[in-house]
Amino acid sequence: MNDHRIVFDNVSKFYGEVLGVNRVTLSIEPGITGLVGPNGSGKTTLFNLATGLLRPSRGSIRVLGIPTDRPEELFHKVGYATQYDSFPRGMTGRSFVTSYLRLYGFGDAEARRLADEAIARVDLEPAADRRVAGYSKGMRQRIRLAQATAHKPSVLLLDEPLNGLDPMARAEMIRLFRQLADDGLHVVVSSHILHEVDVISDTVVLLNNGYVVAEGDIQGVRSEMQSHPMQILIRCDRPSRLAARVFEADSVVEARLVEDGGGVMVATRDADGFYLQLNRLVLEESFAVETVIPVDENVQSIYRYLIGSEGGAS
Amino acid sequence: MSDAATGATVRSLRLRQTLAVARLEIGRNLLGLRALGIYILAALPIGLVLLYFWGRMTFSGDPGNLPAAGELAREFGTVFGNLFSRSVIFFICLLVFTRLFRSEIQERSLHYSFLAPIRRDVLVVGKFLAGFVAVGTVLSLATVACFLIHFLPLTAASGSGGYVAFMLRGGGIAQIAGYVGVTLLGVLGYGAVFLAAGLFFRNPILPALAIFGWELGNFLLPPLLKRISVIHYLQALQPVPPPEGMLALLADPPSPWLAIPGLLAVSFALLVLAAWRLRHMEIAYGEE
Repeated sequence: MNDHRIVFDNVSKFYGEVLGVNRVTLSIEPGITGLVGPNGSGKTTLFNLATGLLRPSRGSIRVLGIPTDRPEELFHKVGYATQYDSFPRGMTGRSFVTSYLRLYGFGDAEARRLADEAIARVDLEPAADRRVAGYSKGMRQRIRLAQATAHKPSVLLLDEPLNGLDPMARAEMIRLFRQLADDGLHVVVSSHILHEVDVISDTVVLLNNGYVVAEGDIQGVRSEMQSHPMQILIRCDRPSRLAARVFEADSVVEARLVEDGGGVMVATRDADGFYLQLNRLVLEESFAVETVIPVDENVQSIYRYLIGSEGGAS
Repeated sequence: MSDAATGATVRSLRLRQTLAVARLEIGRNLLGLRALGIYILAALPIGLVLLYFWGRMTFSGDPGNLPAAGELAREFGTVFGNLFSRSVIFFICLLVFTRLFRSEIQERSLHYSFLAPIRRDVLVVGKFLAGFVAVGTVLSLATVACFLIHFLPLTAASGSGGYVAFMLRGGGIAQIAGYVGVTLLGVLGYGAVFLAAGLFFRNPILPALAIFGWELGNFLLPPLLKRISVIHYLQALQPVPPPEGMLALLADPPSPWLAIPGLLAVSFALLVLAAWRLRHMEIAYGEE
């Protein structure tokens, strides 16, 4: 029987004594799936396990029913754009895609045709004959995507494909993922930014410290996000004084000095209102403010909240 | 489809994949400026033989003092045994074959090959084939050039007719074929050693130095240990073997019927070992 899922069955991976992922049991259905977690949570390890670049210490993995130690079968069905921003030296975009297509057994003409199609799909035709070493970060991401999709796989794994891209390039890549999914591909995208995955994915798998801590509909995760207080770090002189004053606002639920004593971490349910109040306080008390950073853009805090609400991982 | 037809299709696919790997490797590492070191090393013996020829022609005076074909053949045997087999073939193979996989690990691009529907043993064979074809071609040309230059004094002694006659009817062609054959066997043997070393050692230089010392001092080893080396077989296969030297512990040279299959078998075993290593390799560039 044809299996259309990516199945991790009680998979663990240890690097010596260091945990990669632990006891992961997952069944990823067709559609766009977001794999989300902070850096070091095990996203890349899961992708590498699913493609045989790593071998599980325990458990087993099947992609569309194919064990991952059978590259000859597996990689006709699977394309993987890794996070490694590295390329064979001296290659142009076109020669990079074409050369690796020949490893599939395609003849020259077929390899060139498929490469041209893939390059056109990622809008890199004008730069296809330039060396990859001279590409911008966004172009390198796109040529990796072209290489991963050129053989027309059924499953596409994308490890942090939006990392380091500017907003325009991100929007363009997201449009491309949608198009690929509309073409019938089974797309798994990893990101450490939940918002990105929210935009792209139908379902989400949340990872932390090598464990799967949440899995399912993106709506559920989003509703938790909306009731989540936002954290803002303010670095300034007299942080104790500022901490005392910010509590005057009703929306502030927590204000604590940061460890180095050089700032205040504020948790608020009304970020816009808090910013107005902060401006007022700075004018009134002449605080010398060095930085104001919405820490929720740092995903660690989002995950700390989400993972806390899951009741712990281990 | 019958089993035989399926088998033929799979064999045809693997052959295409092997050639694709070889082509990729040659284009990437064995052509152009990146391979300059190989060309310089291969040109070194040509330069030395040319220099020697120039010195001989300049300082020998009377053409009657120039050596005859037999003497030149003995000289070339010594030059080939010490310069080619012990040094040039060894170091070019070290330079090329250790880097076949190591360079891709260092530049973090090996995963592209691992993510193609290709058996990892086919990767080993394809890359080895690329190295063998590239190095074998360059070194064979260098061997032929050195041989032709080394025998040029025959033109001074007996005119170009004598030179051509020696080459065509006096055993010259047969000797060239013999030396090219030994060169190719050397590339095969050292290539397999260094391809495997590049997969087993993060820094293959230290094991390479140990192997170099072993091969260099081979003539001092007792007969049993001599057999565990590439140079022992290569020198025995030369059309004119080099003298072993005064300090050498003499051992019966292996017959070609033993030396050639022996070298082929050892090379094959090393490639099997390399393929086993590659099959069990994980991509963890951070640990490299």
